[in-house]
Amino acid sequence: MQNVKIVVTGPFNAGKTQFIRSISEIDVVNTERKITSKAEQVKSQTTVAMDFGRITVDDDLILYLFGTPGQRRFDFMWEILSEGMLGFVVMVDSTRPETFREARRILETFRAYAPTPYIVAANKQDMADAWDIDDLRLSLRLADDVKLLPCIATDKDTVKTILIELLYSILELMD
Amino acid sequence: MALKGNLADFPIIQILNLVSLARKTGSLVLQHDDTRSVLSFQTGKLIFSQYGNEDNGLVNVLLLAKKISRKQSELMHARSVNLTDKQLGLMLVNAGYISQAEILDCLRQYYSGVLKRFFTKVDGLFEFRDGVSPPPDRIMVRIALENLIIEGSRQMQEWEVLQEEIPSLEMAVKFKDREGVNVRNLQLSVQEWTVVKYITPRNTLRQIARVNHMNDLEIRRVIYTLLQAGIVELVRPAGAPKMDISSAMPDKSQREQRSVINRIIDRLKTA
Repeated sequence: MQNVKIVVTGPFNAGKTQFIRSISEIDVVNTERKITSKAEQVKSQTTVAMDFGRITVDDDLILYLFGTPGQRRFDFMWEILSEGMLGFVVMVDSTRPETFREARRILETFRAYAPTPYIVAANKQDMADAWDIDDLRLSLRLADDVKLLPCIATDKDTVKTILIELLYSILELMD
Repeated sequence: MALKGNLADFPIIQILNLVSLARKTGSLVLQHDDTRSVLSFQTGKLIFSQYGNEDNGLVNVLLLAKKISRKQSELMHARSVNLTDKQLGLMLVNAGYISQAEILDCLRQYYSGVLKRFFTKVDGLFEFRDGVSPPPDRIMVRIALENLIIEGSRQMQEWEVLQEEIPSLEMAVKFKDREGVNVRNLQLSVQEWTVVKYITPRNTLRQIARVNHMNDLEIRRVIYTLLQAGIVELVRPAGAPKMDISSAMPDKSQREQRSVINRIIDRLKTA
């Protein structure tokens, strides 16, 4: 049996847990805890170690999805989670510009950890106050060749598209 | 209880605040990057500092402050072998080369300059040794800590932002292809130009900083300015390992790796 993994990262409340939940065939094994910090009370619970989802590809291949914790005090988990990954997805909440700088920091940190392909998912694109993809690209300082795709983490189809596009990037790398 | 710990848990600004409020007398010993530095205080005021093994003697301080030339400093070094800094200072003042106020001003600049270098140190052991004074032959000054604390707080805030923007100095930058933007026409500072000269994906930011004798804060400041202006973009350095996924599938041939990826894609399409 072969196991491969993709890491889903991004700032606090970007939608990482929901992204994995939408596509995983098992209930996401997560380590959510009640939020006590007032500054972070955008939602009631958050991931403190990792989320863990699974997609069985066939009899001898399983794809695991690992979600990183979004809060900075759990940054030490990143290096461990990124070891041996196929690639990674950076989730960005398109409606919260105050998190874009954090998204840039995460992106640069992951790029420094592991030279693996990645894709940026502009989440919550269904919301009225979501930033346009082009504006997001400039704000996140993404080069033209970096894939930045619209995403709605609750919508399985857009989640599938993100993952497939990441896998295409991996195939391109092999050419 | 001994005042000791790590700068990661107790930043320099908080230590200074404590020393100032408690009007402490003694020496703060800092162990960082294989270097041992000392900041000495008297009743909550900075009176002396020593950064690692750097020469903080009066001759060198005057040279750094451009009060004397390199040649004059060599002559002074040769002639003042048996003189203490206090004796040398007195001699210079009596000979009319420099005033006492100028000497004290140069020392203030130097000692506070050493302290400021710790504003961006986020790691390192510290210990405050009560009552320990600097060597008696050195000239001491009295520098109030309040303004240094304010400056340090600002710098630490700036440092946090810059660290978020540029988390690793192992990255490189390259010029962006932007129509109508000619780097030669940009109004950059001298420091920015010296950095621009070395911008190529072959050089990491750390290498550029080293060659320009810049600290982590200074190089980040310049790169951040260039990033904000859209002149450059962060890239992996040219010599860095190429993107690959072999660690994810260590024992597979390229054909097998492709097959694995294609199987996942097919599976996702039907999910």
